[in-house]
Amino acid sequence: MNNVLNQIGIENYIFLAVILFSIGVFGVLYRRNAIIVFMSIEIMLNAVNLLLVAFSKMYNGATFANAPTSTIGIDAQIFVFFIMVVAAAEVSVGLAIIVMMYRNTHSVDINFLNRLKN
Amino acid sequence: MTPFLIIFCVLAAITLSTAFLTVFSRNPIHSAIYLVICFFSIAGHYLLLNSQFLAVVHIIVYSGAIMILFLFTIMLMNLNKENEVHKPRVTRLAAVILFCSTCLILIAIFVNSKPIMGEYDATGEDFQSINKLGNVLLNEYMVPFEFASILLLVAMIGTVLLSKKEKIEK
Repeated sequence: MNNVLNQIGIENYIFLAVILFSIGVFGVLYRRNAIIVFMSIEIMLNAVNLLLVAFSKMYNGATFANAPTSTIGIDAQIFVFFIMVVAAAEVSVGLAIIVMMYRNTHSVDINFLNRLKN
Repeated sequence: MTPFLIIFCVLAAITLSTAFLTVFSRNPIHSAIYLVICFFSIAGHYLLLNSQFLAVVHIIVYSGAIMILFLFTIMLMNLNKENEVHKPRVTRLAAVILFCSTCLILIAIFVNSKPIMGEYDATGEDFQSINKLGNVLLNEYMVPFEFASILLLVAMIGTVLLSKKEKIEK
């Protein structure tokens, strides 16, 4: 069985994840719309997930030769699973907060959150 | 150029361009649609890495649940107008500079680091099917699994409490 990483290379996945993460950071800093900021956070989480899956694919073959009962390649995939759970919970609560904020201020501009001080 | 590399390049181009369009489009509905395409291409990456379970879960959770939630919120608040005020020019310039420097520094680090393994072993051992993942998830990760369910329950209660209309007591 041919490992797909032999043909693509882990470096390409690292670069893709780095650029995707930077786009997420950029979106958080650039936009004022709270919903777009949330979407950028999702992009960042997805970059990390992609890197975890790529590394699990990379390391599983190496560890299996030494310790056949090791679950080290599966662990990363389960981390991705838990990250998805946390992302779902985070988005639901965050969107509820945005809806509440919109009800009070009739805007989703994050600069209006300054009013939380008073 | 092997076929896998070509598929990877196409998927990566779709992912990056739609992620950029998500950040840059003026209309929030368009950003949400672009983000759905971005998530589908990431699921394509998972399939390329042969983790079928994660690909399916990713499509169901992200494109199915989270993005529907986003779209409903956008439509509920009637936000599909394009009248957003931009941030001050200094802040935007700082954002662009920070984006470029983050990319440059991280990529430079990874380019200059030594490769850990020259060849990637392929044992042919199945380690990412639902069978294996389920075994590990319900044996070694039993407690975190239960905590995840508690987290989802708490998030659900919190969402309902937050979005409930407050009674005016004045």
